[in-house]
Amino acid sequence: MANVLLVADHDGRTLNTGIARSVACARELGEVHVAIFHAGADAVCQSAAKLDGVAKVLSVARPENAHAVAAIMAPQLAKLAAGYDYVLAPSTTFGKDVLPRVAALLGVPQVSDLMEVVDARTFRRPTYAGNVLVTVKVPDGIPVLATVRIASFQAVEESGAAPVEAVQVDAELPRHTKYHGLSDPGGGERPDLQSCPRVVAGGRGVGSKENFEIIFRLADKLGAAVGASRAAVDAGYVPNDMQVGQTGKIIAPQLYFAIGISGAIQHMTGIKDAGCIVAINKDGDAPIFEAADFGLVGDLFQILPQLEQELEKAGL
Amino acid sequence: MKILVGIKRVIDSNVRVQINRDGTGVVTDGVKMSINPFDEIAVEEALRIKERGEAGEVIVATIGPGAAQQQLRTALAMGADRAVLIESDEDVQPLAAARTFMKLVEKEDPGLVLLGKQAIDDDSNQVGQMLAAIWDRPQATFVSRLHFADGNGRAVREVDAGLETLEVELPAVITVDLRLNEPRFVKMPDIMKAKRKPLETVPLATLGVDMPPRLEFGRHEPPPKRAAGIKVESVEALVKSLRERGML
Amino acid sequence: MPGPSPATRIKALSDENPLATSAAVPRDVMEYDVAIVGGGPAGLACAIRLKDRKPALSVCVLEKASEIGAHILSGCVIEPGPLDELLPGWRDDPPSICVPARRDEFLFLSRKRAWRLPNPPQMHNKGNYIVSLGALCQQLAAHAESLGVEVFPGFPGASALFGGEGRDTRVIGVRCGDMGVEADGTAGPNYAPGVDVHAKTTVLAEGSRGSIAKQLIHQFRLADGKSPQTWGLGFKELWRLPPGRTEPGLIQHTIGWPLDAETYGGSFLYHLDGDRAYVGFVVGLDYRDPRFRPFEAFQQYKHHPALTPLLEGGEIASAGARTIVEGGWQSLPTLEMPGALLIGDAAGTLNVPKIKGVHQAIGSAMLAADQLVETGGGAGFDVRFRASAAGRELYKVRNIRPGFNRGLWFGLANAALETVLGGRTPWTLDNHADWRSLRKTAESRAHDGLEAMASAWRPERDLPPRDRLASQYFAATVHDENQPVHLHVLDTDICRTRCTEEYGNPCTRFCPVAVYEMVDDEAGRRLHINASNCVHCKACDIKDPYEIINWVTPEGGSGPNYQNL
Repeated sequence: MANVLLVADHDGRTLNTGIARSVACARELGEVHVAIFHAGADAVCQSAAKLDGVAKVLSVARPENAHAVAAIMAPQLAKLAAGYDYVLAPSTTFGKDVLPRVAALLGVPQVSDLMEVVDARTFRRPTYAGNVLVTVKVPDGIPVLATVRIASFQAVEESGAAPVEAVQVDAELPRHTKYHGLSDPGGGERPDLQSCPRVVAGGRGVGSKENFEIIFRLADKLGAAVGASRAAVDAGYVPNDMQVGQTGKIIAPQLYFAIGISGAIQHMTGIKDAGCIVAINKDGDAPIFEAADFGLVGDLFQILPQLEQELEKAGL
Repeated sequence: MKILVGIKRVIDSNVRVQINRDGTGVVTDGVKMSINPFDEIAVEEALRIKERGEAGEVIVATIGPGAAQQQLRTALAMGADRAVLIESDEDVQPLAAARTFMKLVEKEDPGLVLLGKQAIDDDSNQVGQMLAAIWDRPQATFVSRLHFADGNGRAVREVDAGLETLEVELPAVITVDLRLNEPRFVKMPDIMKAKRKPLETVPLATLGVDMPPRLEFGRHEPPPKRAAGIKVESVEALVKSLRERGML
Repeated sequence: MPGPSPATRIKALSDENPLATSAAVPRDVMEYDVAIVGGGPAGLACAIRLKDRKPALSVCVLEKASEIGAHILSGCVIEPGPLDELLPGWRDDPPSICVPARRDEFLFLSRKRAWRLPNPPQMHNKGNYIVSLGALCQQLAAHAESLGVEVFPGFPGASALFGGEGRDTRVIGVRCGDMGVEADGTAGPNYAPGVDVHAKTTVLAEGSRGSIAKQLIHQFRLADGKSPQTWGLGFKELWRLPPGRTEPGLIQHTIGWPLDAETYGGSFLYHLDGDRAYVGFVVGLDYRDPRFRPFEAFQQYKHHPALTPLLEGGEIASAGARTIVEGGWQSLPTLEMPGALLIGDAAGTLNVPKIKGVHQAIGSAMLAADQLVETGGGAGFDVRFRASAAGRELYKVRNIRPGFNRGLWFGLANAALETVLGGRTPWTLDNHADWRSLRKTAESRAHDGLEAMASAWRPERDLPPRDRLASQYFAATVHDENQPVHLHVLDTDICRTRCTEEYGNPCTRFCPVAVYEMVDDEAGRRLHINASNCVHCKACDIKDPYEIINWVTPEGGSGPNYQNL
């Protein structure tokens, strides 16, 4: 059986939510060992050990690993990778930062944003911002290095109980890079539009800046970020950093509510990779209904309060 | 110090990319090509660093076909001092690109290498990191703020959790993200001046790069069309459907 | 016609954003012997000819598109004669789309049927080529650059520069558009003032309804004594089709359905190689009913049973729209003024019955170049053009288009007569102004024409694009939203009061890409301009019934990104 080394992303306390999805990809390829580089994050190792499909957790603890610095982690991971057929990382900023460095040290190519396993050495990945999907094959005789597009895989369950093994990696570590801290971008109380898994967006149908309150309320109920169509921004209902679409932000939330948005293709380009699109619009012929997974035709000013109530009733 | 900026000639971001008939690639005939937008931001940053007096020379380089001279001239028109075209008609993959750039780094000995974080065609996001590894120097990727003090660079990186600050000893490789700056417009008189700035062409084959194994590209296809969904009759039905889908 | 006088309208409309006219903004000046505004076939042909004949001349071409060809949209079947003269070797290195014409078809359509009619002599295309004009322009530009012409894509000529006063006023060049101006007209962080290009002669080659040409025609009264200029609005789509359906080199034109006898227009269909075809439609902008929707007429045509089998299952690769100048001989303004010349479609040299303008554009461009080289100035160009083969060609067909002002059947009969007589009729019919041609809504309802026409239309369509916004997507048009709106409407109160009542806001229907919308929300009813949809066709500048819309150049590089059109 092939063996897969998956390096995990964490913040010292919790495992990144993308790891459970990365494991789903990894276990399609072989026996999965998860590597955690840390300086005392045993809880993280324990969390990783619970993921279904993980055969072993490798805990690489040393003070230099307190924060994920690519130049410090890469030589260790390169050494650890010896003997593995696959070395994977989630395609998060962590994985994107460290894995190519490892690939270069090993002298092998890397597949970025793996979205589908076709066979043991063949994968599909997105190019041109997801507009062209390409099948790539890694030549024989070298390990496969890949970052995993986590949105393409479902998280595995947490019913496992893999052993956690402390590992010493003998590698010379550079001192030319220092971590100086992490700060919030200072966006305020609402979740970030670009990264929040749920988004509620309003269009011209909302009618005014004051009326947009109804969108904000639903978003708060759902813990969602708030977006808007270009028409709503143009009409002055909301500022333009909330614009979603071809000329605004291109987002891929898991759940997207399009409220009073007609769904012109320019808007749809901004949400084509959304998981589930819900459309609420009083015009049953609006193009949005052709792309929405669930559509409800009606007056948003009546529907949204009802929706809030239903969510309340369902205990959400 | 010298700043080396790597740029790539890519299909313009406004073009609707089309896959060719046999699915082996995208249509490039008659299609507008431009500097990769992230690389343009890298060029702009290099120029600002120079204009602040922190660098002496900005060299812009690309690996590509002869026509990539067009993109180098644009960078020269923005204000770069000289350009290098490492000429190759082949598709050069990230690790090969990184090893090739290393040859230029060895020759030019820059204090800073700036690259866009990824090219909008391949979206690999690898070259900067690979170059840093080969050069055995620091990397700071997805940088949205950059300044220098005492021979070190302070880079603010846009990461999933927020903004991370790294301090890197120069020389180093920085890959830049969208919010670092807004590139200047090229001005007409500068286009004329750019024609007289040095542009050196070096065939890739003469550099003696140890070419790594290549990924083999197969089928190109468009993303699957979203299946048409269903219209529900009531708010209750909507919530029920969403719960069944695991969305709530 | 009540409202501000034409002079006031144009003057007010020429007021650019304050930065563009402010004396306080320092600008670079670049000097040339000849500055050409517009990188289309006329502009590039003129540049090439100038350098061919007098290499020492300094020549520049200013082009608003981000690259040559990006704003070029034309049928296009070209007569190669003038191109052969300009560039004898062009057939050795033809543009990427270049298909020799093989067979002509001229059809009359009713809702369900199609009848072959004899090909009018003007539509015999043997020896001609179906090309992508954009691709041809790219080749012309490359050739021009190799001769030392300085071509500047991304730099629009925004307005003319004048020297002298009163009767001595002359055009001394053009001011290029400012970059980095914010939506409110103030300078943004990357503000870059446009260069002032000074030239001994400025050549306006902006194409149909050029914005500087419009300014100059007014300033120098070049249209005095001429018939009003008139235009059509052309739509075009490039289709990729399932294999085996196309007959490369087939050129097909239709008249009749979906238009009625009162509305001038028809379709074109050019079969290319590689299982591709150009599908298009032209409507005269002198249509009468304000409720008419030109885009919809185009889409209806595609659903005719003669056409659907070709298109079903295909996909659109690229699409766009552009107005076509149709006035011909009698609407040609005086082509020269102190310091400047008008050539190509900016002048109006297109031959309507042939539906061909490129050979004329190139012809007029070469004549202009020859005039400049031979005499050192433009004086005499107007007479020279009119006496030339290109001018005579226009004269010969001058009565054909205006004949259709009396409806399809009279137009066809008149066209036959004019063709047989070779234009030797002793009269010259007048054209009429498009902006005056709309009937008011109430009158139109009584007239019933549109209802009759629309009753023969399909209520639903299944071929793409779904609607104008979906079509706009294929034009790949881009305008940074943070810039001043480039469609200047002099008085938007008229829009929501008089125009709503009199014409029902026809701009919301004739714009090919739904730039104009009447919005009604809590803030009230108003005109909303989606400037970033604009494909630079100029229909609004032409057709609006109050003449209050002035199209000006947006920030350089903005606009469509037509590929292979």
